[in-house]
Order: sequence, then structure tokens, then C-alpha cells
Amino acid sequence: VALSGAAHADPHPDAELIIEGELQLTTRAEAPAHLDGALPEIYSGWLFRTDETRSLQMDDFDNPAMLAVEDGADMWETAEGAAEQSCADCHGDASESMKGVRAVMPKVNENGDLWSMEDYVNNCRTERMEADAWGWNSQDMRNMTSFISLQSRGMPVDVAIDGDAAPFWERGKEMYYTRFGQLELSCANCHEDSWGMMIRADHLSQGQINGFPTYRLKNAGMVSVHNRFRGCIRDTRAESFAIGSQEFRELELYVASRGNGLSVEGVSVRQ
Amino acid sequence: AGASASAEIKPADVVWEDEIAIPMSLTGVPGDPARGAEVLSKRSLGNCVACHQNSAMPDVAFQGNVGPTFDGVGARWSEAELRGLVANAKRAFPGSMMPVFYNDSPADYIRPGDAYTAKAYNPETFSTLLTAQQIEDVVAYLVTLTEY
Ligand code: HEC
Ligand code: HEC
Ligand code: HEC
Repeated sequence: VALSGAAHADPHPDAELIIEGELQLTTRAEAPAHLDGALPEIYSGWLFRTDETRSLQMDDFDNPAMLAVEDGADMWETAEGAAEQSCADCHGDASESMKGVRAVMPKVNENGDLWSMEDYVNNCRTERMEADAWGWNSQDMRNMTSFISLQSRGMPVDVAIDGDAAPFWERGKEMYYTRFGQLELSCANCHEDSWGMMIRADHLSQGQINGFPTYRLKNAGMVSVHNRFRGCIRDTRAESFAIGSQEFRELELYVASRGNGLSVEGVSVRQ
Repeated sequence: AGASASAEIKPADVVWEDEIAIPMSLTGVPGDPARGAEVLSKRSLGNCVACHQNSAMPDVAFQGNVGPTFDGVGARWSEAELRGLVANAKRAFPGSMMPVFYNDSPADYIRPGDAYTAKAYNPETFSTLLTAQQIEDVVAYLVTLTEY
């Protein structure tokens, strides 16, 4: 293509994501081998945002996502359901029991199903607490996944793509390259072929999910991975898939794997 | 649509030249460059500037750069070629990111939706992204962009 001149020039060249002046997160990493050279290097979406948005994420007091984390922390201690148990009753201190969990999600469970974090949380709610399941995109669920994700902040994304996970990963990969909708655009068209470019007012990132759940300034609230996918597919004038669908779990696994090596940001801020 | 609808060439009936150009007007009604400029820049219409930069419209905010600049596009391409490019750029550029603006067949798409609702398309209302006359208007504007 003859138009690659200005392309790929501009994730921020040297900004460093350091939380509270202490914890340095990895926002640039070597592309995983399974990408077969599709990206020269992988970048967190953080590098594509404005100075103001980037700085919000460097200070937990300024980071609006921390409010969701606080609510999640309260919920962690709250007994609900017929079994009258809280998450903490079984899992104790989340900073130990949930450390690393986000970095490997989604993953295949003992029954061979691919589960996202939301599925694990709801399974504990319904099977163990005998409480109602939360809606995938409900505020309670987003608060809880925010709280759990924070426990992995700074750890490298490291989802498994082989063994039991392989068939799910293959289907997710196929989706990533499928040109959906009347605009016939795939995830790859925007986030692999055109990252660094402007599409109207939007500076295209590589569409990584290491930052999720993310506080979107535009929505003034937390956005789940599947909600973001739904929005991007909707914007191709397509019939989207449902949040929490098997298709989106598979796409989540594949997109997560493209970010293997980037830090889990715990909770990020995007425009 | 409206009164001129019967004179319009439907997407399936378009006659192509050299696979990429459309020599005949889609409506027989001359394009209006002012309206074409509006189609080009408005989000709710063609939104071409989402991907193309156009120096002739300095007042239009947030011009994208996924595609080539429009500067000089009227010097690079003939009117017939521009009509073909706007109607279906994938003929000249196979695999292009540029959407096909003149195709009303939902069967050609994967999970076509009902505009930006995320819902399935409605067979009653599914239509081309631009009307035949809007394409004529855009082409009438693009031919004026001869300056680099
Ligand atoms: C028409 C272009 C387009 C397509 C197609 C598209 N996206 Fe996006 N996507 C965007 C834009 C614009 C943004 C907001 C800016 C950014 O972060 O890139 C975005 C943001 C994202 C983000 C948030 C990144 C972050 O750091 O917060 C993810 C994740 C994402 N997209 C995944 C996908 C996936 C998966 C697909 C395919 C199902 C897809 N996108 C298809 C345009 C697109
Ligand atoms: C009655 C005990 C019990 C309660 C209450 C409970 N869990 Fe669990 N949870 C488990 C067990 C057992 C497992 C499976 C073994 C494991 O991975 O620790 C599990 C697994 C998980 C996992 C997957 C961890 C992994 O590494 O695969 C998550 C996430 C989780 N629970 C979150 C929660 C949340 C959030 C709550 C409260 C809303 C909760 N749990 C309540 C017992 C419980
Ligand atoms: C999603 C991105 C996108 C949108 C929207 C878009 N285009 Fe394009 N366009 C492209 C790309 C990319 C090319 C370059 C062809 C290629 O290599 O794929 C192109 C090429 C062209 C060309 C040929 C330019 C040249 O000088 O070679 C014309 C003319 C054109 N587009 C007109 C339009 C018009 C008019 C609209 C709106 C009605 C539009 N485009 C909307 C992406 C887009």
C-alpha cells in the first residue's frame, strides 16, 4: 500500500507509565512469536492517549477507576446469598488470593469451557454463595472485576493459547481478521494495519486489552472488554455479538494473547 | 430518491469500464459540488474525512489519514474513475479499507447491521451508504480538487 508514509509513527515515543512514582508498568514489549511479525512491537493503548489522560492514570487519587475498585473491595467483604458468605470468607485477602488471576484470563476451566473473569465470579456467586448472578456488564460486576484486576497490576499478561485453549484461540483469531458489517472492517484493519493513524478524531491504538476494565472519560464509567468489542463491531455497521457470548470470550482470548508481555494495568483511563 | 428514482442506475446495473471506472452518471442529474462537499465532511453522510485529509476544507475539524489526501485527487483521476472509486473502491484497490458506498445487497456482507444500532439489518430499509445523487454530488466536488 502506497500510503504508509506517515503511518505507525506515533505512539508516544518515550512516555513511561509509573504509578504513584513507584510502580513502573510495561507499556512497550516485544511482539509475541505467535503474531508472526504482524506488529513490530506491542504497545499499550495508554501510549496513544493525550498527556492529560495519561497522567490521570499515574496517580491513584486522580484515577477515576479507583472508585470502582473501592466499591469492588467493599463487595468483596459483603456476604450475599443463601449461603451467607462473602468472597473474603473463602478467598481471604485478595491481594494474595487474586494476585495473577487477571493476567491469565480468559482461561479454560476444569470442564473444558473457556471462561472469562466474569464467568468465574458468577460461578462463585451462584454455586457457592447461592446468590443471583450479576449481569455481565452490570456495575457490580465491573466494580468486582476492577478490584480483582488491580491485584495483578504490573504483572505481565500471560494467557495460555496452546493445549485446551488452542481451538478457542483459533476461532478468536479468525474473528479478529473477519471484515464485519456494511463497512467491511476487521479488528485488524483498524488496530493492526492502521494503528498510529487518525480516523476522524480518534487516534488508533493497537486495541490491546491489558488495561481493562478501563475508565472511559467519554462514558464517565467503567467499560468491560466485551462492551468495548461490541462498540467496535457496531461501528462497522454490523450486527454485533452479545456481551458475554462465546464468540466474545474467544475474541477476548485472542486479543489478550496479542498483548502477552504488556503489564496488566489493573484499571486504566482512556478517552 | 424521489422523482428521479426511476432514472437511477441501480447498484447491480452499473456498467463498469476497465473494471474500475463508471463513465455514465448514476442519475442523469448533474452533481452539485456544494452538496458534495457536505457529504464528504459530515459524519452522518459520507464522512470521507474520517479517513482522508482535504486542505481545501481547513475549517473541517479532525481529518483522518487512513487513506491518501484528497489534495490533487481531481488531477490524478478522471470523473469516470472518481465515480468508480466512490461507488466501489475495492475494484481499483482490492482489499481496500475504503467502504463500498454503492451496494444495496446485504448478502455481500458479513453480519450486516441496521446502521449503527448493533442490531441485525432490516431487509426493508437496508440501502447503499450513499444515494446515487450523493455520489454524483461528491464526484462533482472531487473533480474540483486539482491543486496539490
Ligand atoms: C473502524 C475502526 C475500528 C474497528 C474496525 C475496530 N476498532 Fe477497536 N477501536 C477503534 C477506535 C477509534 C478506538 C479508540 C482509540 C483506540 O484506543 O484505538 C478503539 C479502541 C479499542 C480498544 C480499547 C483499547 C484501549 O487501550 O483502551 C480495544 C480493546 C479495541 N478497540 C478492540 C477492537 C476489536 C477486538 C475489534 C474487532 C472486533 C475492533 N477493535 C475493531 C476503532 C476500531
Ligand atoms: C464458598 C466459597 C467461595 C466463595 C464464597 C467465593 N468463592 Fe471464588 N472460588 C472458590 C473456589 C473453591 C474456587 C476454585 C478454586 C480456586 O481457583 O481458588 C474459586 C474461584 C474463583 C475465581 C477464579 C480464580 C482462578 O484463579 O481461577 C475467582 C475470580 C473467584 N473465585 C472470585 C470470587 C468472588 C469475586 C467471590 C464473591 C463475589 C467469590 N469468588 C466467592 C470459592 C469461593
Ligand atoms: C475507512 C476509511 C475510508 C473511508 C471512510 C473513505 N475512504 Fe477513500 N480511501 C481509503 C483508502 C485506504 C484509500 C487508498 C486505496 C487503497 O490503497 O486501499 C482510499 C482511496 C480513495 C480515493 C483514491 C485516492 C487517490 O488519490 O488515489 C478516492 C477518490 C477516495 N478514496 C474517495 C473517498 C470518498 C469520496 C469517501 C467518502 C464518500 C471515502 N473515500 C471514504 C479509505 C477510506
